[in-house]
Amino acid sequence: MKKAGKKAWGVEIRARASTRCWLGLVLALLFLPAASFAGVLADDRADALYHRYEGGGVTIHGPSVLVRKKFAEKYALSANYYQDMVTSASIDVEVSGASEYKEERTQYSVGAEYLRGKTTYNLGYTNSKENDYQAETTTFGISQDLFGDLTTITMGFSRGKDVVRRRDTTTDQIDPTFKEPIDRWSYRVGVSQILTKALITSLQLEVITDEGFLNNPYRSYRFVNPSDDRLFALAREIYPRTRTSNAVAVNGRYYLPYRAAIHGGYRFFTDTWGIGANTFELGYTHPWRQWTFELGYRYYSQGNADFYSDLFDRPNQQNFLARDKELSTFTSQALSLGATYDFLPNGWRFIKKGTLNIFYDRIQFDYEDFRDARFAQLPTSDPNFHPAGTEPLYSFGANVIQAFVSVWF
Amino acid sequence: MGKTKLISLALAALVLAGCGNIEPWVKPYERQALADPIMSFDANPVSTAYLDHVFDAREGARGANGSSGGGCGCN
Repeated sequence: MKKAGKKAWGVEIRARASTRCWLGLVLALLFLPAASFAGVLADDRADALYHRYEGGGVTIHGPSVLVRKKFAEKYALSANYYQDMVTSASIDVEVSGASEYKEERTQYSVGAEYLRGKTTYNLGYTNSKENDYQAETTTFGISQDLFGDLTTITMGFSRGKDVVRRRDTTTDQIDPTFKEPIDRWSYRVGVSQILTKALITSLQLEVITDEGFLNNPYRSYRFVNPSDDRLFALAREIYPRTRTSNAVAVNGRYYLPYRAAIHGGYRFFTDTWGIGANTFELGYTHPWRQWTFELGYRYYSQGNADFYSDLFDRPNQQNFLARDKELSTFTSQALSLGATYDFLPNGWRFIKKGTLNIFYDRIQFDYEDFRDARFAQLPTSDPNFHPAGTEPLYSFGANVIQAFVSVWF
Repeated sequence: MGKTKLISLALAALVLAGCGNIEPWVKPYERQALADPIMSFDANPVSTAYLDHVFDAREGARGANGSSGGGCGCN
């Protein structure tokens, strides 16, 4: 378990106040007459992907397989198997004094869709397991095409239940006395809109609430060592037991006259922990013969959580204390390159089309209030020694590779 | 009135307005460019889900990325 509180599925408490609006929307969708022109479900498809992430002392790799099949043009089933194999000697692990560790996460997902007229209903279940963390999520969603299919409205709800355990880092055994739950709720609504013959846009909103043990049971905050203020000491982090976040995103995709596409997106995020974040994305897609090339750039920036500090003055300085770099002030920039080769443009037997794909992302993380505490752990006589609170700011780059094959049948 | 409530109301109004007859301003036969696979918001779902996970696990922000997601405590 590296971080609890991620990919959380929440309900906005304020949503209670707007229950009637939601109810109205659900009823409107359910009782809309089946339109005269039916919608369509996505094509039958299978993908087998190998992923590899390497950066900041962490390597994570593994497979992901996704299969999707429809029946009678109105039912569809999908299944996904995903695995992470982790080897970690991250800066947090090093500063805590622990040694490199290995772990695995396995995730299974299944989904079903039912198309009735222009309304698609979907139901999904995901189960994720690590030796010290388990998560189950159930999702439900509706999508409705409107206005001659120029507009599609989607809405969804997810409910998650996680169980957080803790390993003894010396014996690697699960601590039988530690078992904490997390409950998660999420509401999503979205609209995609065709604006012109060459432009499609979308707007999405998601509200997430988590309740339970939201911090990482292994991570510590640091405070000035009372006996020598050049050094620091560590104590276990304490987080609030609830978190609610709001995210709104707009995206657009434009078709260029010479058969290429550009896309852009922006997401605004806030939460009850005081984190505010902005994400910008730009990309270009260019087909050439049997190839499709992609180029993308993503910029992300966030402000820190209210209870985050790189170095506290003393232990238990405040009710909540965190030194998780993901709650700090930082930026990340990603440059992505991709190539897709259509190796079966005319199909083969029951296969309609097949592609080979390779994607590479270079991500750079630059922290503005998270320092490289390893410099304060050197002997004070070492020329590279920096007193606690004066170390260089931490930054790292990561390489992400995805190689996959896709077939449509 | 909160943001969530406002957006919910706007969406409900849009849905209900769909019961009326609105003439599509981009006709079905004018959508060949939009139907091109390069115009898909999510051409490779298995890859999109993975990359969303990579960022979600390392950044404080979450949600509104189009996926229904799945709970995990990993990064």
